[in-house]
Amino acid sequence: MNKIEQALLEKVSNLHKIPSGAFSLRSNGKVVKSSSTEDIEIVPKQDGSGVDVFVKPNVKNKSLHMPVIITMGGLKDIVYNSFYIGENADVTIIAGCGIHNSTCNSSQHDGVHTFHLEKGSKLKYIESHVGEGDGKGDKVLNPVTNIYLAENSFMEMETIQIEGVSSAIRKTFAQLTNDAKLIINEKLMTNKQEKAKTEFKVELLGENSSVEVVSRSVAKGKSYQEFKSNLIGQGVCFGKVECDGILLDHARIVSVPKIDAKNLNATLIHEATIGKIAGEELVKLMTLGLSKQEAEELIIKGFLFG
Amino acid sequence: MLKLENINYFIMQNGKKKHILKDVNLSFDENKIYVITGPNGSGKSTLLKLIMGILQPSSGKVVFNGKDITNLNINERANMGMSYAFQQPVTFKGLKVEDLMNTASGKKNDLTSLCSHLSMVGLCARDYLNRPLDSKLSGGELKRIELAMVLARKGKLNLFDEPEAGIDLWSFENLTSIFKSLKSATNIIVSHQNRVLETADEVILLKQGKVEMLGGFEVVSKLISQEKCTKLRGGHE
Repeated sequence: MNKIEQALLEKVSNLHKIPSGAFSLRSNGKVVKSSSTEDIEIVPKQDGSGVDVFVKPNVKNKSLHMPVIITMGGLKDIVYNSFYIGENADVTIIAGCGIHNSTCNSSQHDGVHTFHLEKGSKLKYIESHVGEGDGKGDKVLNPVTNIYLAENSFMEMETIQIEGVSSAIRKTFAQLTNDAKLIINEKLMTNKQEKAKTEFKVELLGENSSVEVVSRSVAKGKSYQEFKSNLIGQGVCFGKVECDGILLDHARIVSVPKIDAKNLNATLIHEATIGKIAGEELVKLMTLGLSKQEAEELIIKGFLFG
Repeated sequence: MLKLENINYFIMQNGKKKHILKDVNLSFDENKIYVITGPNGSGKSTLLKLIMGILQPSSGKVVFNGKDITNLNINERANMGMSYAFQQPVTFKGLKVEDLMNTASGKKNDLTSLCSHLSMVGLCARDYLNRPLDSKLSGGELKRIELAMVLARKGKLNLFDEPEAGIDLWSFENLTSIFKSLKSATNIIVSHQNRVLETADEVILLKQGKVEMLGGFEVVSKLISQEKCTKLRGGHE
């Protein structure tokens, strides 16, 4: 790997080098390195469209890294990965994609990840998206995440995109059965002319299933963000979507909530707040000695990563 | 150390000009405690905000350590040694108590120094440092953390806007002992409470935007009591 690829890998997956555990690195449209372990098996799909990952039942405290990096301009990469998390397993998967584009041509990665969590299993899924490079070519990322949670399983998903991605359409679909729980945390910052659209659709099919979606976003420059959520409560369930957006400069944020309770005992909540940084927050931090700009930066840092 | 020279402050209300502060002239010495008191709407909090730079006077000068600071902004004044405790503490989404305490002191503090500031306001640092400074904290907790931030700043001029409001079960005795401990600074406190007034080297009575009286606690409180009696008897102020 050259220096650009190494830096990108670090930003996407916080890795300084190839890790020793289960790992799959995709670079410029091809898997360049992949290693399975006794507990986590990575198998290429027969049609070559991606990989299937199998985590054995009862495997605890193991992790899998699956970064994607693109340093070529004019490349459109689509990959389909499926993850099967065995009964009572408890693992962490760190994925994400970084595009470094210093050309005039657009680079794009569409990663379709489908998760099947078996009974009683737990998964923490972290997904970072990074765009950089001084070329005029767009950096486009369109991640799709499909989640199927079996009885009493739990998944926590953290999705992070901080500036640099020209355009992103992030779609997440989930189906939850009895006692399954899903938590999604989205952290998003756009700038300049960037566009980011997020769509969540969660079907709470089972009794006592629950979902909490927290989206915190900052829109700067002339960027545009759109947040659509659709919670459907079929059983005795709980669902909450919280969408907080900070607007700066000439940016725009649109939030479109939909909650659909199909059961008398479904409790569904949607909260959305969009606005500029409160003047009193700036004043408070200025009384502590920060300039207006320093105060803004601290407020945004706390808001996204607090 | 601080002089207010011919301060006037107007606002527009329902299309009419309202005079909030009228020709206020005050001088504050080093290392003394001043309490500004007076009826609601007399301009006490406005005066404190003008000193900190949160509001700009319509006319007049603010002089700090011999320098005209009337046109300096809030953070420039803060960096000259001014500190301000809000009447209604500001909350944040995401920022933790530790972030604010570190910002207040201008450095990353170790647990020992954070403990010393928070324990002075009756809070255990370990329970609070990682908590977001948001509305999940009670009004009393927020108020005490607000005071702890002033302590962490170690300012030369501390401004407190009604520090006793909403202080919950924590006693007045602890609050007044904090003011007494800040001997190496000038403290200007807006308050209605006698027990806070008692800590003052000088009490400033504001009425309808004017300095009505300036003097020791006993002299000013005597005047306030007389006025209350006159009112109760149905007389005029």
